[in-house]
Amino acid sequence: MEKKTCLYDRHVALGALMSPFGGFIMPIQYSNITDEHNAVRQHCGVFDVSHMGEVRITGPDAERYVQHIFTNDVAGAPVGQIYYGMMLYPNGGTVDDLLVYKMGENDFFLVINAANIDKDVAWMKEHTAGFDIKLDHQSDFYGQLAVQGPEAEAVVEEVLGIPCSELKFYTAKVVGDIIVSRTGYTGEDGFEIYGSHEFTQQAWDKLIQSGRCKPCGLGCRDTLRFEVGLPLYGDELSADISPVMAGLSMFCKLDKPEFIGKEALAEQKANGVAQKLVGIELADKAIPRHGYAVLNMEGEQVGEVTTGYHCLSVDKSVCMALVKTEYAKLDTPLQVQIRKKTFPGKVVKKKFYDKHYKK
Amino acid sequence: MAKFEEGLRYSESHEYIRVEGEYGYIGISDYAQHALGNVVYVDMPEVDDEVTAGEEFGAVESVKAASDLISPVSGIVVEVNEALEDKPELLNEDAFANWIIKVQLSDPSELDALMDVEAYKAHCNE
Repeated sequence: MEKKTCLYDRHVALGALMSPFGGFIMPIQYSNITDEHNAVRQHCGVFDVSHMGEVRITGPDAERYVQHIFTNDVAGAPVGQIYYGMMLYPNGGTVDDLLVYKMGENDFFLVINAANIDKDVAWMKEHTAGFDIKLDHQSDFYGQLAVQGPEAEAVVEEVLGIPCSELKFYTAKVVGDIIVSRTGYTGEDGFEIYGSHEFTQQAWDKLIQSGRCKPCGLGCRDTLRFEVGLPLYGDELSADISPVMAGLSMFCKLDKPEFIGKEALAEQKANGVAQKLVGIELADKAIPRHGYAVLNMEGEQVGEVTTGYHCLSVDKSVCMALVKTEYAKLDTPLQVQIRKKTFPGKVVKKKFYDKHYKK
Repeated sequence: MAKFEEGLRYSESHEYIRVEGEYGYIGISDYAQHALGNVVYVDMPEVDDEVTAGEEFGAVESVKAASDLISPVSGIVVEVNEALEDKPELLNEDAFANWIIKVQLSDPSELDALMDVEAYKAHCNE
């Protein structure tokens, strides 16, 4: 049985198409994916992302513990700084990708993927031995809204009355009982706001009633993140796909003294990996989907599509795919098997559309 | 609200066929295009391809998903609606006017297994 977020009734009242995602029943679209996608690129949209998980790590060894389980380097970070990175298995496979917020000295707020909440919390708890920390799983307390798009700053300030213009990209602050950060998963400027269910419901109502912010479902969240090359755990990262394979080495600091999976990543960096994540652009409009086979020009399978769409912002059919490393060079000709036919394409950069962050 | 057109035969998988003599025009119902949302690509067979009742002959793709097209009858493709190659959204604008393939029927008795508009309406409301 899927869980409901604190905004479930509001989604149903708005006529959203509801579907299971990551253990929750979530809105996929309210009107249609294209309109919602364009609202975020051009104006402003709000997403219910209350399904995301939150874990607070505090205590004398909190920083040392985060450094142990997390690939990015939070040592000496200023309060309010946010880091993107992964938790890894010792073999370099990915447990999850996550955000780590430094809320204070030895006080960190970790935001994890909905589908991985149980697995991640169990993983974190398994690795607390030798660390004097308190691990507080707060997913049931927090609702979360993502307000995204070029008009997001004005909407958050004027509609919600939360001052945020001074927040820099990937920083957060506490306002009363809520946490607001300049982060997102769309490639646009925007904010993510964590608060109680009551706060989240009231803020959602204000945003929708203002008419300045379109309700947006997970359908366009996926098209938006995809076309700016952001990975989704389960597609571009998994227990079998390491950050090195996914091209995310920059978020794994091998100069840190240690973290789980470091040796495996160092080995992958030194000796290379068998498969890499690439972008593929097709000449035709047919749409490559998750799991479709990627073939070389001789027709032999050399990889698999991880995510694909007819990219809305650039009007091209493109995908991300995990392919054998010898086929990962830019401009390598490849084909994608779509139902009974094969469609020619070539390797391109994974970013199909430029991000528009306000830094 | 979905529109329903009389005089056509419908399949459970939401294709329609408009029969004219020994030929049939096959497309998707208005109900189906509503359920799909914005159509962004139509994968069609080629002229002279054989289609079989109950089997897939192509697909209609929305942003989010691909839906197989299932042929309501058996026959030979004599024409495909090439306008859909450049303007797949025609299916959203008028699904009944914009058929997908024209087929020469090989076994007209297969039509008896399809629904008339009243039965199809009931099927959609189930």
